[in-house]
Amino acid sequence: MPNITGVSAVDELSGPERHGPPQGNRASTGRLGDRIFSGTARGAGILVIAIVTLVGVFLLSQAIPALAKDKVNFLTSTQWNVDATPLQFGIANLLWVTVLSSALAMVVAVPLGIGVALFITQYAPRWLRGPAASLVDLLAAVPSIVYGLWGLQVLGTHMDGIQGFLIKIFGRLPLFQDAGVAAASTILTVAVVLAIMVLPIVTALSREVFAQTPTTNMEAALALGATRWEMIRTAVLPFGKPGVISASMLGLGRALGETVAVTVILSALAGSAPWSWSMFNGGETFASKIANNAAEFDSPQKAGAFMAAGLVLFGLTFIVNAVARAVINRRKAFVE
Amino acid sequence: MTAADVTSDSNLAALRPPASNAGFSHRSRSRALRNLVARVVMWLAFLIALVPLVWILWSVVTKGGALLLNSTWWTNSQRGITDRMVGGGAAHAIEGTLIEALATAVMAVPIGVMTAIYLVEYGRGRLANIVSFMVDILTGIPSIVAALFIYAVWVTTFGFQRVGFAVCLALVLLMIPVIVRSTEEMLKLVHNDLREASYALGVPKWKTIARVVVPTAFSGIITGILLGLARIMGETAPLLILGPYTKDIATDIFGGLVPTLPTMINQDRTEVLQPAVDRVWGAAMTLILIILLLNIAGRLVSRLGAPKT
Repeated sequence: MPNITGVSAVDELSGPERHGPPQGNRASTGRLGDRIFSGTARGAGILVIAIVTLVGVFLLSQAIPALAKDKVNFLTSTQWNVDATPLQFGIANLLWVTVLSSALAMVVAVPLGIGVALFITQYAPRWLRGPAASLVDLLAAVPSIVYGLWGLQVLGTHMDGIQGFLIKIFGRLPLFQDAGVAAASTILTVAVVLAIMVLPIVTALSREVFAQTPTTNMEAALALGATRWEMIRTAVLPFGKPGVISASMLGLGRALGETVAVTVILSALAGSAPWSWSMFNGGETFASKIANNAAEFDSPQKAGAFMAAGLVLFGLTFIVNAVARAVINRRKAFVE
Repeated sequence: MTAADVTSDSNLAALRPPASNAGFSHRSRSRALRNLVARVVMWLAFLIALVPLVWILWSVVTKGGALLLNSTWWTNSQRGITDRMVGGGAAHAIEGTLIEALATAVMAVPIGVMTAIYLVEYGRGRLANIVSFMVDILTGIPSIVAALFIYAVWVTTFGFQRVGFAVCLALVLLMIPVIVRSTEEMLKLVHNDLREASYALGVPKWKTIARVVVPTAFSGIITGILLGLARIMGETAPLLILGPYTKDIATDIFGGLVPTLPTMINQDRTEVLQPAVDRVWGAAMTLILIILLLNIAGRLVSRLGAPKT
């Protein structure tokens, strides 16, 4: 049913109304002031390029010597002994905990975010729309350390029941095995807090795309006898799909890189802890590993190992953000 | 939205027994039911989203609100105060937070605004595309990676101490993209007619930008700066790596430790003694209040002075 899904409308949308300035240098007279001003502006742009390049170069230059001395496979090893004389560090544990916590967070945040966005744009009474949007945005104003504090000391005390319930039902699966970590400090608790943290991002962007659904598409669906839910399914959701995907990716990027809330909540395991797939386990993400060991950067070798972890995190968030951007650009469904 | 008004009518129709509206608008009971379920689910989603917000604010206010009513909270530092003692304040951390935010803004705002001016007014071709792409990358940089980078430059390469200024440098990286994007959006909103009118009067391009374009978009730019400030004030990761905490008032960002609200929370978050726990939540409440005020100020500025187009 592509004819009523709004796909064609997306492609015909001309994007934002362009108010671009006149092309070329027509307006510039080449006076001294002009040259200084345009030079400063271009300089600022080049400075931004330089900064990003330097971030990559510096992290690489410090990570490579440490990686060269690494005696175990960096990608598959679960060891992290940066004090040992034959340097041994691998990111398998960090990668798993990072990906698992973020993925669980997205499982909660994306459907909820879409629901809230649909509520605000389609279901809420008019007087409630503005306040409802501001309230959800307020979640973004809470600092991450406060999320961490709240997650550990308030939310965490209520996680026992949920954890026990899940273990009772799914306990046979490796993902749900009891790992003997206090319920307040598990990957699951972190995931719930991360979900709350990315909810405003997913909601705000989804809301924006849903609000841009052409009224004609919606009216056409209604005129064909669709109920409001059918209208949303056939007109609003297909139109908003690329926007929702990129909103989710941006949220995922945020969840992957979140540091302090994770550091506060998650209980770091001893180095000898056995590998576990469980979401009730503790552990460390890339970001919390770096933050937990900030005091240990005393030798270039140790610092290099953490830089290598930071570099992988940088790469991960870069890929996720790039996918988000690609989705937006390919289907110019919404204006940022 | 007219579509929404139309739907409320069709919903009424949907709930009526199908016999009463035969023909085109025949609706089966299951479709009406599904419609109703969807409506309930959306309302629930919204109510569920409100739960954490209310819960967090409630926790922070009940656990930390009482301290803020005491005037010493706003005037004293934690100097000489131990875990077991009640008293002291957060003045040192509040001052530190504001000073670092200000120093960050002093560096990030000119770079951010000029980059946005470049992208909107001058940028054409490859260089502009690359700059825009790099701003996107900066937007996605996790704060801990920004902190690691500054550590690699400031401490490992140059051998300097961890000081407040290094924190500011890391925060600059996080603030620039926020300012570039918001300023860019505001500059794009300025009508081209204004620019052309200015050119027609013989005003050079740089003066047109400085005297016509930027003033027109000014309130929007200020809003972006305030929101950017709100974002970096709550950042804690760079502080963990680059900005150790101290209990004294210290305002010299080049001279050493500068205490801030996030590090004040972080310092005592594992405490179990009640006076210290209270102060942790008090600091959390103070931080939320400051960030909230900045957000409200940002919204007010943008409402009062929407671009005159």
